[in-house]
Amino acid sequence: MRIALFVTCVNDLVFPATGQAVVRVLERLGHTVEFPVEQSCCGQMHANSGYRAEALPLVRNFVDTFGRYDAVVAPSGSCVAMVRESYPRLAGPDPELAAAVAELAPRVHELSELLVDVLGVTDVGAAFPHRVTYHPTCHGLRMLRLGDRPLRLLRAVRGLDLVELPGAEECCGFGGTFAVKNADVSAAMLADKCAAVCDTGAAYVAAADNSCLAHIGGGLSRRGRSTPGAPRAVHYAEILASTEEEA
Amino acid sequence: MTTGTGNIVAPLPFPTAARRELADGQLRANLRRATHTIRDKRLRVVGEVPDWPALRRSGAAIKDDVLARLPELLEQFEAAATAAGATVHWARDATEACTLVTELVQRTGSTEVVKVKSMATQEIGLNEALAEVGIEAVETDLAELIVQLADDTPSHILVPAIHYNRRQIRDIFASRMPGVDLDKLTDDPPALAEAARRHLRAKFLSAKVAISGANFAVAETGTLVVVESEGNGRMCLTLPETLISVVGVEKLLPTFRDLEVFLQLLPRSSTGERMNPYTSLWTGVTPGDGPQTLHIVLVDNGRTETLADPVGRQALRCIRCSACLNVCPVYERVGGHAYGSVYPGPIGAILSPQMTGPDAGANRTLPYASTLCGACFDACPVRIDIPEVLVHLRQRGVDARRGRPSAERTAMRALAWTMRDRRRYAAALRAARRGAAPLRLVTGARGQVRRLPWPLSAWTASRDAPLPAGRTFRDWWAGRDRTGGEGTGGDRG
Repeated sequence: MRIALFVTCVNDLVFPATGQAVVRVLERLGHTVEFPVEQSCCGQMHANSGYRAEALPLVRNFVDTFGRYDAVVAPSGSCVAMVRESYPRLAGPDPELAAAVAELAPRVHELSELLVDVLGVTDVGAAFPHRVTYHPTCHGLRMLRLGDRPLRLLRAVRGLDLVELPGAEECCGFGGTFAVKNADVSAAMLADKCAAVCDTGAAYVAAADNSCLAHIGGGLSRRGRSTPGAPRAVHYAEILASTEEEA
Repeated sequence: MTTGTGNIVAPLPFPTAARRELADGQLRANLRRATHTIRDKRLRVVGEVPDWPALRRSGAAIKDDVLARLPELLEQFEAAATAAGATVHWARDATEACTLVTELVQRTGSTEVVKVKSMATQEIGLNEALAEVGIEAVETDLAELIVQLADDTPSHILVPAIHYNRRQIRDIFASRMPGVDLDKLTDDPPALAEAARRHLRAKFLSAKVAISGANFAVAETGTLVVVESEGNGRMCLTLPETLISVVGVEKLLPTFRDLEVFLQLLPRSSTGERMNPYTSLWTGVTPGDGPQTLHIVLVDNGRTETLADPVGRQALRCIRCSACLNVCPVYERVGGHAYGSVYPGPIGAILSPQMTGPDAGANRTLPYASTLCGACFDACPVRIDIPEVLVHLRQRGVDARRGRPSAERTAMRALAWTMRDRRRYAAALRAARRGAAPLRLVTGARGQVRRLPWPLSAWTASRDAPLPAGRTFRDWWAGRDRTGGEGTGGDRG
């Protein structure tokens, strides 16, 4: 299957290891991954902040870049939710663009959707001998309804001890520009999330969105400066890419 | 169309008000306990209804029908209520509504009225208006009474005193409730309820005038419906001679039968109960039974303005159940006062600025008081897509200010311009990576930076920030292409 990787702008610049992990997992399963270099950003920050006019060229670029692929995969619940849930609304007034979006959107998958629903795999041959807790990020949880797909993938990882995160479904407080526009509320939500993560005794907190993980990881790192041994934030794709040799 | 006025205007920008509330540790603890208790209860009783999704769709469809035929249904309601013996009045905004009600009370000669808990009267600031002309309004809902005795404002639609714990309530009763028996007053809930009951019983029996709102108004029959759990409402609605009901125009339902849907949706969503304890329905005046004079004041106060927006109008489906408040992670941290309106939480963030227009007070900051986590939409019994409306209102705000200089828009434009072209985007990524290189030297292995300059200092005030990686993904991919696949391995994050 011709799978295109939409790495997302945040991963491209700050978390390339997550994109590399997606490539490794899919190639290990025998698929060919392509990376169309015309891709940039899905426009979520613009659209959610009210800048529709600024977001539209990015919608067009996405459609032009990925329209020709059988499947598009992104290691980000919120960017995929942007494409599937918000693009139709943004493109609405432009019938041509709306038609292109409607045609492409169902083929755009978050990584766990591609693996579990499209490729029919839950055991990707990974090994990660650590205690891990999973935070279901809001857009994956409530917009894409990823359900237990990421958990099924993680449970199949050798050596991985998956522990439940209390209050898992509560937002971590990132919320894009919310994190800076309402920094105090965001920090209060983050403090509760970090406390819940630490209480699990996990060595890692995994999630499907590096933007939320940058927020949670930043909070844990700040805590770790005073109390060493705080869990580390990691995208679950990187766990799925880990093998016995590295473990 | 007139814009809404009254207690729906935030005096302070949300981030400022939120910071003030966040500083109160007791408040945070009270809110966390209360919202989680109601949240869990709601989940249990909603989970046991097999056709809940269908009920929600019905609720939304009925309300959408009301909104589409509002003028016609209002006239139908007025005719039916009038035929049943009620007098119907119309108020454009809070001031008009307050003047109307004040005059109606003054005409009875009473200087005291008992009140059923009502959001519409809170919205228009009726108690304050009555006080100005020497009429005392006594709130008879327990939580509303607590707030009134404390000289405070409600912080929740359904549980106005949610920000107090029982020890604080005991203190309020002890210092503010006239004639309270201090020996028997403990912070045990039955003792507190007993004190309130004794205090209120005298008021019920002496009051000649009651003021209520309505949860629903049936156009077909002219019937009003109040849904409450303490029985205080039933007292107010039956004992006094005169009843004045203040009702927002969006409270209509087309037919009596539509109550079937809403009397299932409302109690489960609001208090987490299967069935509501006291549901009172009255149609005009019944000779010899209950109030012999019934005035109904239909209030617009910005609702027509809200109705004019095709995306935003879904906010008018709201049945004031508070489910969105109880599940909101932002509300849970800051409480209702941070929103500066009688309508707090997610629904308030879309209702207040639409009713008043964005230029009233600091209401334009309300649509940003959300992470767009979507918990509110999932909980809403009438499927108001609150995140969609929040984004829509942000967009309306941005569009209204186009042409005026704004640092944010300049940044957004520059970013979009960069990102829509592959070469510009790649160059920007390289620049960001290079710019971060010196920082990477000082952060060491942790790879997290502790302090960034403004505006990113808002981020690093409470969390470390990640740095751009040593090599972007696309550079890694390009190198891998040149060496033919697997050759270059991965960069560990």
